[in-house]
Amino acid sequence: MSRVVVVTGVSRHLGSRMARILSRDAAIERVIGVDVVPPREDIGGAEFFRADIRNPVISKVLTSTGADTVVHMGVISTPVQAGGRSTMKEINVIGSMQLFAACQRVDTVTKLVVKSSSTVYGSGPKDPALFTEDTEPRHPPTSGWAKDSVDVEGYVRAFSRRRPDVCVSTLRFANFIGPKADTPMAEYFSLPVVPTVLGHDARLQFIYEDDGLEVIRQATMADHPGVFNVAGDDFLMLSQATRQAGKATVPVFEPLMGTVGSWVRRAGWADFTADQIRYLTYGRGLDTTRLKEKFGFTPRFNTPQAFEEFLRVRELPYSLPKERLESLERNIAHALGSTTKLEDAQQIAGG
Amino acid sequence: MIVDAQVIPIDGDDARNRRHLSAVDDMTAGDAADVSLTQPSAGAISEWLDFLRRRLTGDYTIDEFGYDSDLTNHVLLASLRPLYEQWFRIEVRGIENIPAEGGALIVANHSGTVALDSLMTQLAVHDHHPAHRHLRMLGANLVFSTPFLGELARKAGHTLACNADSDRLLSSGELVGVWPEGFKGVGKPFSERYKLQRFGRGGFVSSALKARVPVIPVAIVGAEETYPMLGNFKPLARLFNLPYFPITPTFPWLGPLGMVPLPSKWIIEFGEPIPTDHYPDGSADDALLVFNLADDVRDTIQQSIYRLLTERGSVWQ
Repeated sequence: MSRVVVVTGVSRHLGSRMARILSRDAAIERVIGVDVVPPREDIGGAEFFRADIRNPVISKVLTSTGADTVVHMGVISTPVQAGGRSTMKEINVIGSMQLFAACQRVDTVTKLVVKSSSTVYGSGPKDPALFTEDTEPRHPPTSGWAKDSVDVEGYVRAFSRRRPDVCVSTLRFANFIGPKADTPMAEYFSLPVVPTVLGHDARLQFIYEDDGLEVIRQATMADHPGVFNVAGDDFLMLSQATRQAGKATVPVFEPLMGTVGSWVRRAGWADFTADQIRYLTYGRGLDTTRLKEKFGFTPRFNTPQAFEEFLRVRELPYSLPKERLESLERNIAHALGSTTKLEDAQQIAGG
Repeated sequence: MIVDAQVIPIDGDDARNRRHLSAVDDMTAGDAADVSLTQPSAGAISEWLDFLRRRLTGDYTIDEFGYDSDLTNHVLLASLRPLYEQWFRIEVRGIENIPAEGGALIVANHSGTVALDSLMTQLAVHDHHPAHRHLRMLGANLVFSTPFLGELARKAGHTLACNADSDRLLSSGELVGVWPEGFKGVGKPFSERYKLQRFGRGGFVSSALKARVPVIPVAIVGAEETYPMLGNFKPLARLFNLPYFPITPTFPWLGPLGMVPLPSKWIIEFGEPIPTDHYPDGSADDALLVFNLADDVRDTIQQSIYRLLTERGSVWQ
């Protein structure tokens, strides 16, 4: 079967990498990357079509190429990438609407893969520890990327009602981290000093870029209809992650966090929406049983490993080097006439 | 399930946890006061330095509920121990009723204005049970939205009282604790002491039925006298968004000193387990059965409380 795959959002890192990965696959005849601006990165053997998914031109792209699969990665997570929140919202919401409307019209389309986000669950004190795909959100998101994702998923559901013959996979990803993905959490951990919420500590879950893209690839190649949570196993606490990154933190009283967030946003350092702040306050957990059992995929990197890898490849500066701390520990232990656990372990391993 | 989910550090962490436990054992076996007075041993020094380094570099694991066993064993439980041993001199009975492994649901009465009874029960189970089991408690959402309290509660292994979380914990073989009276129990006036309040919606029973784990009724005597609540200043409660604002003989009159609990003598009695595995499938949805079972558990606890009160004699010793 000859296949034509359309990938949206190829101007950004994850989209262009996805186009590159798919173009290497022999089972796919053509990979067409669509975006408003040309990709900054190499998209391999994929062809680039400059088209704005916000206007009906997109349906011409689908008809003229005879596309059978659409991989929607055009939802933008931070306004910095779009040049402002209003453009971002327009690309995310109106763009997705137009794209799905086009897919509905074009009969050749038999598969839709949507890169959604776990932000659709919101976060708050009434949340269960883990969200399954069927859990009703207790604190639905109200703004920004999270709200856009909720809207987009609404259009996906409407689309699959109108075209029940199309295989639709909705993938709700935990925060992507990796060498280049410009996600809110990657921006957050790149801040010189990290603002945290006083008296709260969030449970974080990450998906490493390679794992996340592999899930999208598998959903494109085989039929996996349904909604799937995608996250690495295990958790990190926000405090734990900042310590591992050696980041200085500034605990901020919760009601003032919004003000601090808007300073950070205005400085252009990172996006700090109300939902992002709620996430940093309460965290969120995803149950990935369905991904493992029904989809048949287990991420190679669990959350702590993904974060370690992220710190390594980004070369984020450690303000508290491990080695110096270990030598300090040794000095104190020796001064008190003791040895350290690490030394004991080395002795056991050596002898 | 939780241990299975950890990938690489599994061996190292298990060994580490065992070490924690043995360190805790050493402390409880001897008199805690003696230990702090004598010169700390070389082992204790390296243990604590190792702990501090792990905390500073984030080198520890947490589970999906946010339970931080490293912190709980080293700091949280240890900080409660003086209150438990010296102040309330807690007597524990029937600890053998808690199974050595597998899921079980502990249901206890709630009292004392400040929910010290739940913390003390957690410590009682950990220190007295041969398997040093960790009680995973289910709390109200107010606990988790309160700064510091919510953070510590998650790190100590507790989670929101909702069906999803209690089912998840019980089916993974954890020991779960519920206080079904909720704020009605902790925040009741002193004049109503030791009278059990309504038992919520009985959700805890359907969780136990679903997971087919025994229910262990627990009677706690002594917590009622820690902060005798004489009045409730409602305007302040509304202002701070609290279920009640307590007025006790010492609070708020003595300021921070008024927050010191009165040194009542406590008894925590773990009752005979009530099995739930002989009910047919789908019993969790049988509302009448759930209500009857919840009532049985409530009656058992109430009767045990009356018996323990007569056995305790004086409130203070």
